[in-house]
Amino acid sequence: MDLLLRHVIVLPVLIPLLAGTAMLFLSEARRGTRILLAVGSMVAQLAVGCLLLFLTSDEASFIWQQGVGVYAIGGWGAPFGIVLVVDRLSAVMITLAATVALSTMVYSISRWDRPGQPFHSLFQLLTMGINGAFLTGDLFNLFVFFEVMLAASYGLLLKGVVAPRLKAGMHYIVVNLAASFLFLIGVALIYGVAGTLNMADLAGKAAALSSGDRALFDAGAAILGVAFLVKAGSWPLNFWLPGAYSQASAPVAAAFAMMTKVGLYSVLRVGTILGADERIGAALFYLGIATLVTAAIAMLGAKHLARLVAYSVLVSMGILLATLGLQEDVLTAPVMYYMILSVLTSAAFFMLTGMTDRTRITDPPTDVEDASTGESQPIYVGYGIKEPSVYRDDDDEIGIPIPATMAFLGLMFVCCVLLLTGLPPLPGFIAKFAVMSTAVQTAEGTGGHAAVWLLCGAVLLSGLTGVIALSRVGMRLFWGAARITPRLRVLEAAPVAVLVMLCLALGIWAGPVAQYLDSAARSLHQPDTYIEAVLAPQEGSPGVVP
Amino acid sequence: MEIVYALAIGVLTGAGVWLLLRPRTFQVLMGLTLLSYATNIFIFGMGRLALHKAPVIESTNAVDPSLYADPLPQSLVLTAIVIGFATTALFLVVLMTLRGTTGTDHVDGREP
Repeated sequence: MDLLLRHVIVLPVLIPLLAGTAMLFLSEARRGTRILLAVGSMVAQLAVGCLLLFLTSDEASFIWQQGVGVYAIGGWGAPFGIVLVVDRLSAVMITLAATVALSTMVYSISRWDRPGQPFHSLFQLLTMGINGAFLTGDLFNLFVFFEVMLAASYGLLLKGVVAPRLKAGMHYIVVNLAASFLFLIGVALIYGVAGTLNMADLAGKAAALSSGDRALFDAGAAILGVAFLVKAGSWPLNFWLPGAYSQASAPVAAAFAMMTKVGLYSVLRVGTILGADERIGAALFYLGIATLVTAAIAMLGAKHLARLVAYSVLVSMGILLATLGLQEDVLTAPVMYYMILSVLTSAAFFMLTGMTDRTRITDPPTDVEDASTGESQPIYVGYGIKEPSVYRDDDDEIGIPIPATMAFLGLMFVCCVLLLTGLPPLPGFIAKFAVMSTAVQTAEGTGGHAAVWLLCGAVLLSGLTGVIALSRVGMRLFWGAARITPRLRVLEAAPVAVLVMLCLALGIWAGPVAQYLDSAARSLHQPDTYIEAVLAPQEGSPGVVP
Repeated sequence: MEIVYALAIGVLTGAGVWLLLRPRTFQVLMGLTLLSYATNIFIFGMGRLALHKAPVIESTNAVDPSLYADPLPQSLVLTAIVIGFATTALFLVVLMTLRGTTGTDHVDGREP
């Protein structure tokens, strides 16, 4: 049993890889088998995520010391072999990613996944990249998993080739490719100076550097940070994000809501292990505030709901970055709670967008003025299938239409708005309140008053603009004339409802959740246990002396 | 050798960044390619430049690290080349499709 449990760590990477590969061998007609594989893989990942949550907790400390599990791929221990490391933060992120992926996968089955062969495989590889980035203990491996995730996301974004989506996709690809080169330059600089890429090993090596080498090392780390911040969507590196997210099809955008958090996770992980100094903290804080303010203003100008939600993803990213930039250890747990809620809500909101779009009689206006929606559909032509209409409900799909459609859509819309903007009584309020009250408490002891009040003011103002912008769109959407009532399928309505219920559950059981996140934050801010666990000789590995 | 090497990286990066900021998709593609060359050479250089040294350690000889080149950056470069090449190929497909659907090769999909 113990032996089996040790291998659990590699499963979040292995399951989607195997499922995604197996699907390639299924012909286009065998949709049922493919869906079974896809959903099965997601359920298995969710189960593994929950198991990891338990294994890293205090109740199971007999398995891994201090809740840090290390898996040496190929049997070679760190620092020479490549290791996967799971701690409480990774376990939380993997469970969150699996939850979002499962719900978007179920949602996509109703109409969005056709032609399904590339879609489902790419979706599996996307989750593999995300899980791998959360697990890896090696900087170059982090780059590889980033690329796996990005390559899959390029394909998913471009599915159903239409001109505006192609344009957004091109910008997305160029920006992310350029960021990948920055990532590589940063990694190479760090390797050239420190001679290792294992994160735990780096911590020790960096401390022992001479001052000249240290400057080069810091430059490398800063370049790496820029690459992470591009993925995280920090101002001024985030102008690609609203276009890409609002042009992506609804389930893809929902899955993308998780991707920006991979950048944030990397900032948090590498920052805590390498011991970021206060200059980096200050930079993060002001970048976060700038992200928050620009995105909040942009929300007021957005016309289309999907674009509005994309900006709200940026708002939450700004709050997260600015709060982390304060560099108070007690703030990490509330920040994680806020992040979990914001991911779940944005995913639900993106999926909701896919349904409310169908209440339109005409196709939705885009924020770009060229009306050249391409007639040629190379991908669909290539597969010899009629393109499924996203805005019309004329296909004969299996599935039960649900009653009281507009009431359901309206209720979900209101819940999502309350969660996103942080209004009571929904738990979005608890999350924002926890962040702000903890920030104010830390300011009382130290001199950082101005920064904390700036943060609180920006957070409250962004909530206000969010409410204004979203309620304006909501009024047009639900009370405006000339609307048709779409037929919804249980398969697409249920995931949205489940995600919203999950947010409510997180609010009701906020106590235990906060406790776990507290312990996760504590272990994150004591990187010594992480470093010791990684560098300890692995069982069965050749006697490697670090 | 070092100065030539550094100049090559600098020229490639400069040209790459300039092309990346151009409005035509093909120029952007070329810019990304040059940037990837610069990055790859840079990674290689981080293993220190050495002449006539093998990156593979022979087990028969006494192991003296100064006799060998660092193999790790070379393997990193290989991985980076493969990934960069694949994503550039994908970008080329997007470039062609955008040209086909919009009728222009401007990055914004329309002439300014």
